[in-house]
Amino acid sequence: MNLAFFYAAIAMYLLSAAGYLVFFIKPEKKRIADAALWSAFLGFVLHFIYFILRWSESGRIPVTSFFEAINALGMGIILVFLLMELRYRIPSLGTFILPLVLVLMSPAAVISGRIEGLNPILRSAWLGIHTSLAVLGDAAFAFSFIVSVMYLLQERQLKHKHLGTIFHRLPPLDIMDTIGYRALSIGWPLYTLGMVTGSIWAESAWGSYWSWDPKETWSLIVWVVYLVLLHLRTIGWRGRKMAYLSIAGFVFVLISFFVVSRAGIGKHSF
Amino acid sequence: MGIVVVGLSHKTAVTECRAKLTFPEDTIPAALGRLMSYPGIQESLIISTCNRVEIYASVKDSAEGTESIKQFISDYHGLSRPDLEQSLYVYVDSEGVRHVFRVASSLDSLVVGEPQILGQLKDSFDLALKAKTTSTVLNKLLKKSISVAKRVRTETRLAEGAVNISYAAVELAKKIFGTLEGKSVLLLGAGEMAELAARHLMNNKVDKIMVANRTFERAEELAQEFKGDAIRFEHFPSTMVTADILICSTGAQKPVVTYDIVRQVARDRRYRPIFLIDISMPPNIDAECDKIDGVYLYNIDALQGVVDTNVQGRQQEAEKAEDIIRQEVDTYLQWERSLDAVPTIVDLREKVEDIRKRELEKTLCGMNGVTDEQRRAMEVLTQAIVNKMLHAPLVVLKQAAANPEGGDVIAVARKIFNLDRELKKPSHVHAKGFGAAEQREPEKS
Repeated sequence: MNLAFFYAAIAMYLLSAAGYLVFFIKPEKKRIADAALWSAFLGFVLHFIYFILRWSESGRIPVTSFFEAINALGMGIILVFLLMELRYRIPSLGTFILPLVLVLMSPAAVISGRIEGLNPILRSAWLGIHTSLAVLGDAAFAFSFIVSVMYLLQERQLKHKHLGTIFHRLPPLDIMDTIGYRALSIGWPLYTLGMVTGSIWAESAWGSYWSWDPKETWSLIVWVVYLVLLHLRTIGWRGRKMAYLSIAGFVFVLISFFVVSRAGIGKHSF
Repeated sequence: MGIVVVGLSHKTAVTECRAKLTFPEDTIPAALGRLMSYPGIQESLIISTCNRVEIYASVKDSAEGTESIKQFISDYHGLSRPDLEQSLYVYVDSEGVRHVFRVASSLDSLVVGEPQILGQLKDSFDLALKAKTTSTVLNKLLKKSISVAKRVRTETRLAEGAVNISYAAVELAKKIFGTLEGKSVLLLGAGEMAELAARHLMNNKVDKIMVANRTFERAEELAQEFKGDAIRFEHFPSTMVTADILICSTGAQKPVVTYDIVRQVARDRRYRPIFLIDISMPPNIDAECDKIDGVYLYNIDALQGVVDTNVQGRQQEAEKAEDIIRQEVDTYLQWERSLDAVPTIVDLREKVEDIRKRELEKTLCGMNGVTDEQRRAMEVLTQAIVNKMLHAPLVVLKQAAANPEGGDVIAVARKIFNLDRELKKPSHVHAKGFGAAEQREPEKS
């Protein structure tokens, strides 16, 4: 029964992605963009209901298995997208974000969604706080990644003086530069807090703030990459270079999320 | 009843010829009044812009109406008919409807997709409405053409992409900066082209204009015009650091804005984007500058390339728009046919009802001692017969109204039920309906 909400959410995301794709090809159909936004919103609501139901069923916040983690990440990215869309009204963002969410969540189709037991020492309020912050940070990085890809596409059009369909669909460079940076400047502090709370929790569970567990190490790398990026921004790096850096940073996020966690070693493995 | 369009446009007549036939706005009401006095003109409207002069009319008979309009133009402008005829086009009925829709949707415009024509059409419609020279047919036609134009605008990308160089420059600037509010422009060289481009950017809310020119006086002159600042020519590189858009029209034989200058400027700007527009021939900004981060250089050729792509794009969209117009012409003609069908249906009903009442009256008069109940029964009986008989023809007529070939059916119906004959002999028309007089004739004899 609970899974029905999950499938319904995925169906809405698929619908939304399809709508945004059609809108990108035929931008005169503005209603399709509206419908796609509503689908994404409805998908998010269904997804959230599923999250709550799973929470009440397992008695803990569902973020501990790989299945649960990609669900949380997908939900986080959609949330960031919805907020940004509300603020900036750039429907072409959806054309890129929704497919990314579906791709990131695609392993959910083949892996087990079974609710697994949790080590009792990990049962703590920190679990929810640490993971939500980390996931929201990752989601903001994902958003910035997408905007950077769009930026590079648009910049390429402008530099090559070949102004095709994409040129008309994509937002202006300066706006993408701004919102990409804004996402990072919100995401990085959240990610930092995620690390800090994780470390506090680790101290209470295992008695040590930091133990160079593989996930911790990778998170630190991700954290440093974005720190460097934000620093370069303040000394005047922007535009294309920033876009490349943001894309590179997200590659580290992906490795941390999909490779390190899955490697089966350390405290964060699922 | 029909629609006639007579006119000339940039496609059929040279500018001088169009100029001779224009109707200045303040003369249109009087001209419309005069046109209405010509034979067969029931409704009329004049649209007169720099690219077209057209008269739309609803007429009793197409040939007569066309003739009247041509004669009117010839009389009004004092031109001989042969001179006039060679540049005029005529569209009748469905072709006329299609033409009006195409004009409103800007498919017939010099620059396909330019939105001005719709406003001009609305203004012309307003003038005709005020002059009370339009009625059912033209009102419907014009309202419909406005909604068709809106549909074309929302469902196709006919107006997408700039189709002249200065619009293209503004469009590019917007794709780089988002909004032009708060941006500043540096004019390097104070030629006419640069002035025009700057004015265009001003209209798009650019904040500040700075002018640098080899002769400082000319720079001051132009700067004053834009309420901007004049800059010494040799100081332009440092000014570029604060400007967002540079329009170069220096007209030198080799690049004035060199790679080294722009590289230094980009560094000093911390690679904030700068848009360089080079409208000099040969180019006065080193083409290599484009390779620098955050620098977007477009010269005349590149801008022309953008325009050409957009023109091609619009042509593709025009095909979609033509499809929409084809559909809309069909629905319009359907409405027009239903106008024909409605009077026919009314006529037929009245005629039959009239026969029924009269025949019933005759019969009842010849009978004695008919009770009220029997009278009512006869009433119901005759009514039922009439309704049953009329059912099929009325259904066919209603269907005909919705069918492209329906006009013939309506004509046949009028003939076999003899609905038109009395129209020609108004003295015989019975107050109740068209068939009455004919039925009465035997009685008189």
